[in-house]
Parts: sequence; structure tokens; C-alpha cells
Amino acid sequence: MPGTSINLGLAHVSDRLLVWTVVAYALAMLGYAAEFAFDRRAERAKDPRSRRQVSSRAGLIAVGLTVLGWALHVGSVTTRGLSVHRVPWGNMYEFSSMVSLVAVTVFLVLLARQRVRFLGLFVMAPVVLYLGLAGTVLYANAGPLVPALNSYWIKIHVVAAITASGAFMVSGVVTVLYLLKERWERRTVSLGPGAAAAVEVGTPPTESVPEARRGGLMAWLPDAARLDRLAYAVVSFAFPIWTFAIIAGAIWAEQAWSRAWGWDPKETWSLITWLAYAAYLHARATAGWRGRRAAVLSLIGFGCLMVDYYVVNTVITGLHSYAGIS
Amino acid sequence: MTDLADTPIASPEDTTALSTAPAPPQQPARGVARTLRYGWRRLTSMRTALLLLSLLALGAIPGTLLPQRGLNPVKVDDYIAAHPHLGPLLDRLSLFDVFAAPWFAAIYLLLFISLIGCLVPRIRLHARALRRRPPHAPRNLLRLSTSARWTAADEAARIAAECSRTLRAGRWRVDVSEEPDGAVTVAAEKGYLRETGNLLFHVSLVVLLAGIALGGLFGYKGTALVVQGQSFANVRSSYDVFQPSRLYSDSSLAPFSFTLDRFTAAYQPDGTPENFDAKVSYQPRPDGPVTTSDVRVNHPLHASGANVYLVGHGYALRIQVRDPHGRLVYDSATPFLPDTSMFASHGVVKVPDGLPHQLGLTGFFYPTYVATPAGPDSSYPAPRDPVLLLAAWRGDLGLDRSAQSVYSLPVASLHHIANAQLSPGESWRLPDGTRVTFVGVDQWATFQVAHDPGKNVMLGAAVLIVTGLLLSLRVRRRRFWLRARPAPAGDSSRRTVVEAAGLARTDSERFAVEFSDLVQRLGAPAAVTTEED
Repeated sequence: MPGTSINLGLAHVSDRLLVWTVVAYALAMLGYAAEFAFDRRAERAKDPRSRRQVSSRAGLIAVGLTVLGWALHVGSVTTRGLSVHRVPWGNMYEFSSMVSLVAVTVFLVLLARQRVRFLGLFVMAPVVLYLGLAGTVLYANAGPLVPALNSYWIKIHVVAAITASGAFMVSGVVTVLYLLKERWERRTVSLGPGAAAAVEVGTPPTESVPEARRGGLMAWLPDAARLDRLAYAVVSFAFPIWTFAIIAGAIWAEQAWSRAWGWDPKETWSLITWLAYAAYLHARATAGWRGRRAAVLSLIGFGCLMVDYYVVNTVITGLHSYAGIS
Repeated sequence: MTDLADTPIASPEDTTALSTAPAPPQQPARGVARTLRYGWRRLTSMRTALLLLSLLALGAIPGTLLPQRGLNPVKVDDYIAAHPHLGPLLDRLSLFDVFAAPWFAAIYLLLFISLIGCLVPRIRLHARALRRRPPHAPRNLLRLSTSARWTAADEAARIAAECSRTLRAGRWRVDVSEEPDGAVTVAAEKGYLRETGNLLFHVSLVVLLAGIALGGLFGYKGTALVVQGQSFANVRSSYDVFQPSRLYSDSSLAPFSFTLDRFTAAYQPDGTPENFDAKVSYQPRPDGPVTTSDVRVNHPLHASGANVYLVGHGYALRIQVRDPHGRLVYDSATPFLPDTSMFASHGVVKVPDGLPHQLGLTGFFYPTYVATPAGPDSSYPAPRDPVLLLAAWRGDLGLDRSAQSVYSLPVASLHHIANAQLSPGESWRLPDGTRVTFVGVDQWATFQVAHDPGKNVMLGAAVLIVTGLLLSLRVRRRRFWLRARPAPAGDSSRRTVVEAAGLARTDSERFAVEFSDLVQRLGAPAAVTTEED
């Protein structure tokens, strides 16, 4: 790899493709929002059926745009890799792009297997934000890898870390939705048996229901138990991969730095993340901890993951300082 | 100890149907024994495990925010110097050695004790469950949330046999029994690997800890600087820094040696490193065969149980000193230590003998010399325009008094003679006739030798950890029962009533599908499966 030149034309194509990816994702996000909006209005409209048709058509268009955006995203990542003759995850910009690509992929795979179109809006919003940040704040010009990263372990360790992170991102989104819905369910139930039904139909039962307006979105979401199961399913997919990523990292560290584990800040924060998600998995099986408290642990885990990537790379200096931003 | 399971779904007949948790001890106990037992049960409870997991995570955080001695002792000293009040307090709490701190060790040791205390009874229970027959069918199958009922023309025994065959083909564990009223029941269970994987995962964590301990007790590591063309023999005196473990003995040093034949570094145009390569000739034993090998970043040399890593490099300057009569009194490739990423370096030459007085030289070396307003500097790490700035000092170098660094000179007690700027090949004549020659530029590399006898144990444990985790999160444990009851004697239809029910601890949605497939294959009409709460 050393000495090979960088194909600037191809790198430029990659950047343009990323812009179009963000555009497609943003439009998809609007589509999912429209699906929700028309579905809600359909309940009050004179002709609910046609409104519903508009709604589901918007949803389908949004899915189409998501797939299109995904294809553009794959194109952007591939051309980036080809332009620098290496794997396209060598710095924080490329890494962030990959993580959002995985998040969208996880969403699309879930979509193919179960009815999770409601997630579209909530997955696309952070992905658009994330890609926007990646393309501006974290952006690094195409260039070769520093020698420390020049190993086949970058394929194994980093791919695992990226895959787990993308999935954790989706589980984080679902967990937030779970917490909101769970609170909403508790409140509506405490208002009396009729309140939930009333909000379900979209007409505020009494003046004393401040939740009624917000209830529009809340009522539209699947019930909390299903969101909880969905979040768990995604975490239980990501957790073994994260475990593997840490182990692969330790093996690589043993090759590169002469020790498998050295309490480098990056290593420590990946362990903290691992411990937080392990606590979540335990909490889900412990009376008094399942539900809300477990969900909070899962979100803490995601917070630790973000610290692991962004705070450790930019604020704390350690052996993993490959951010590529200055 | 984790269960990693979804919310358990208990059957109305048997609330502990799928629980493998140890039953609380029944026998009465008094005084100390009771307190101990209570404490032990507390320690091995899931809540304690949760608490300890969280504490471990919290405890690790200061280790990433404060400088750590294990990573960078100089930074710790700087921090304490900069915070004269807070620093010593934090130091007393071991916050600069978090990962070696007694309180940190206490957390993870308690966690592992709690884990082992939970594992042992669960392994016993699981071993028993593996040998036992699947639990008998509850009396009223239709009370379970996933159940079905239909009638069939076949005899009860034949239905049961057919059911048992189908289940066995699907790798269920099956038990068929006949009830006093003539009904035949089939009890089946599947997914034992879930708990096996769960236990495997947790046992492997303990093995991993044992592997880490093994390395910490019997391993060693050390670093040595080797100038191009010179050799390293693996004896303790060859090391510049040597860190033995607690139970290390010199006999665990394998008698290998290697020579650094050539070191090359490649840089990008902006000076960032692109590739390093140390070519070495390696000999496993003094009389062993010599093989050549490349030591690179990410590519250590495997040397009889130890690994040799390339960890640093720099320039060694060949300097000769001749006395006024032209006799050679110093001729050596002297390592200079890099100070900047462009390898502006410093070093020292000490000539204690051979001259009328002891001579010391302090030098600054610039591989690609540039004069900047702030003084001389290097603009590129490779030696494109190497320049050596030397200052000569006379006086007592103090070599016989105390051990001192080869990279520093006690200039405060020495007499300054003169300065010079030299390029390779140039000589400098001091006022007393002594001649200093900058012969040329060589390279050196630092190698770290590490031996960790726990490495393979750790690797094996890691593989089992992932395997166990995948099994415990992917495999679903479920039970299935079928009861075929012949129609009462008076009934003219002569039809058999079949009831089936199932129970899954995780992923009940998928199980509902599996259940309905199963009963349809056993002859239930598509519509009969019920799903109610």
C-alpha cells in the first residue's frame, strides 16, 4: 500500500455520492413523517380510506428512498475505499459513515422481516444528522493509513466494531421510543380506562389530558412491550459482535503493541460499554429491574459507546488517536 | 450471574417450569451460620451482580480521565505538580493507578466470587436437567397461552407415537407416558444449549481471568535499544528496561538472540510515517540455525515463546574522537533520542579515558536541517540534509560516582570549551588539538520483548466466551406437550381428543409460529390453534 497514489477524482465522486445519500435519506425521513401525519389525519377526515392510501403510499415511497439512499451510501463508501486503495474506515469521518450505513442496513433487514416501518422516521433522523456531522466536522481528506493501522486486523476488528455500533444505534432509537411509550401508557392508564381508548381515536376526552396531543405520535407507535422486545432483539444481535470486536482488538493489540490489554482509554471505554450492555441483559432478567430501569442501562451503554468513539478520539489522548481531524 | 433470558413465562401449573435458579436452602440455621448464608446468598444474587457490574464500569472511568502511571508516569508527576492539594489526595485513593488499585481489584474479585457462587449450583442443576426427562405435562394443557385442541380418528397410542417420531426428528428430547385414565402424553423439550452456552460463557470469563493472572505471575517484558549492525541476546543485562512479573525467574528467559541487519523507514511527503521495517537475523539458541526475518509494526518476531516487537526508532551517529596525536579514543555509533516527529534529536558522547582530561560532547541532530527564527530544527524525518550541532565540555564527568543516564551530561559542573556545526564526514579540531569527526548517520530501533504464558489460555477463553454468548442469546428453550385421550366408552364417535400446548421463555412470537406448524404436521386442522392470554 505505501507509495500508491490517491485517486482524487474517485475521492471526489465518493464525496458527491455522500451528499446525494444525505438528500435521499432526508427525503425518506420526510416520507415517513408524511406517513404518520396522513395516518393521523385519516382518523378525523371525512374519507379516511383515501387518506390512509396517501399515508401508506408515502410510507412506501419513503422505503424506496431509503433503499436508494442506501445504494448511494454503499457507492460512496466503495469509491472512497477504491480511491485510497484500502478499507474505507481509516479515520473518524469514514468510520461514522460506515456506522450510519450499518444502522440503515439493520433497519432495512428488520423491515424485511417484521412490521417496523414506524421506525423509519426515528432511524433516519439521527442518521441524517450523523452523516451531516461526519461530512462536515469530522471530514478528513482521502489519504493512506498510518502504519499502526496497516494490518488485516483492521478488517476484522473494525468491521465488528462498526457492525455492533450501527446495531446499537438502532437499539438506542428503539429504546428511547420504548421509554416514551412506556411513560405514555402508564399515564394514560392512570387517567382511567377510557382515556387510552379516547386518545387512540384522537379526540381528547377531557381538558385534563395534556398528553392527548402528543398522544398522536405515542398512540401510533406499537405498544411498549413490543418495542422492548425489539430493542432486546437488536441488542442481543449486537452484543456478541461487540464482544468479538473487543477480543479481536485485544488480539490485534497483542500483535501491534505487545500486550493484549493495556487499559488504554479506548480499550477501557469499550469495556465500560460492554459492562453497561451486560448490565442491561442481566437487568432484563431481574425482578424490579426489567422494563424502564433496564432500558436506561441500555441507553447508558449507548452513551458510553459515543464517549468511546468521540470523546476518547478527540479529547483524551491514547493509542487510538487516528481521528484524522485537526 | 446472568440469565440472558427474556421474561420467563411461567405455566399456571408449574411456576418454576423453566427456572433453573437454585432453590433457597430450607434447613434452619442460627447465628453466624445464618448471617454467612444470608451474606452469601446476597453476594450471589443477580442484584449484587448488577451492582458490581455497574461499580466496575464506574470505577474504570477515572482511569481514563486521569493520567495513569501504567501508561504515562511522567504525566502523573506533572499532574501532581500542577495540583499540589488535589494531586496527593487522588494519589492516596490510587486514582493514578486505578487498574492496579486495591479497591478496583476488590470490585472485580467480588464480581468473580459472586459469579462462581452462582455458577456452581447452576452447573449442577443444568447437569441434572440434561439427564432428566422433560417435565411431565400439566393437567390442563388448554390453560397455557399457546395451545390447541382437535379430534382425530387414530388411536391415542398411534397419535402419540407419530408425535414422538416427528419431535425426535426435529431434535426434541421426548418422553412418552401413559396416564391411568388411558390418555397418552408426550412431553418434549428443546434448546438445552441455551443454558449450556450461558454457563460456558460465564465459566470462560473465569478462565480468562485465570489466563490474565497466569501472565501477570509468570511473564516478563522488557525493552532494548539496538543499533543497526549490533546484536541483542536475551539475557537480563541486555535490557534497558525490564519488568519481571511476581513469580518470574531468570530461567524463563529463552536463550535467543538476533542482530539488527537493517532498519528502514518510509515517510509520506509531509513527513508522516508510512512504513517501518527492521530486518533481523534470528537465532533461537546460541548454536541454533540463523534465519532472517522482518519485524514491523503489527508484525512481531515469534522467538521461542516470546514475541519481539518493533516499538521505536531513531538515529545513531557514528562519532570518532582522536587525541592530539591522532590516536583513536572514541569510535562508536551513539544513539540520539528523538524529540520531535521530524526527529530533531539529542544525545551525548562521553570520553572519560584516553585524553589528558575527561571530555563530554552534547549534541543536537537534525536529519533535515532548517534554520528557523526559533533556532535550528528538522523539517523532515529522513536524513536529507543531516546536521549535528555539538558543544564540548571538559571536567569530571562523574562516571565513577553514580549511575547516570547515557543521554545526559552534568553540564553544570563542567567547563564549556567550544561549539561546532558538522555535516557527515566533517571534522572539528578543539583548541587543545583533540579532533572530533562526524563519520555518518546510522539508525537504531527499540524492541520490546514480551513473554506471556497466559496468552493461549486467554485466547481459548475468548473463543469460548463468544461461542457461549452466541448460544445463550440465539438458542431458544421451549417445551411442548401433547395429550391424546381416547373418547369415553359410551361415545359412539370413537374419536380421540388431542390437546397440545407449548411454552417458550424467549421470543414467544416465533414460538407461536413454530407451535402452529408443529401441531398442523401432527394432524391439527389449520384453524384450531388458539392464542389467548
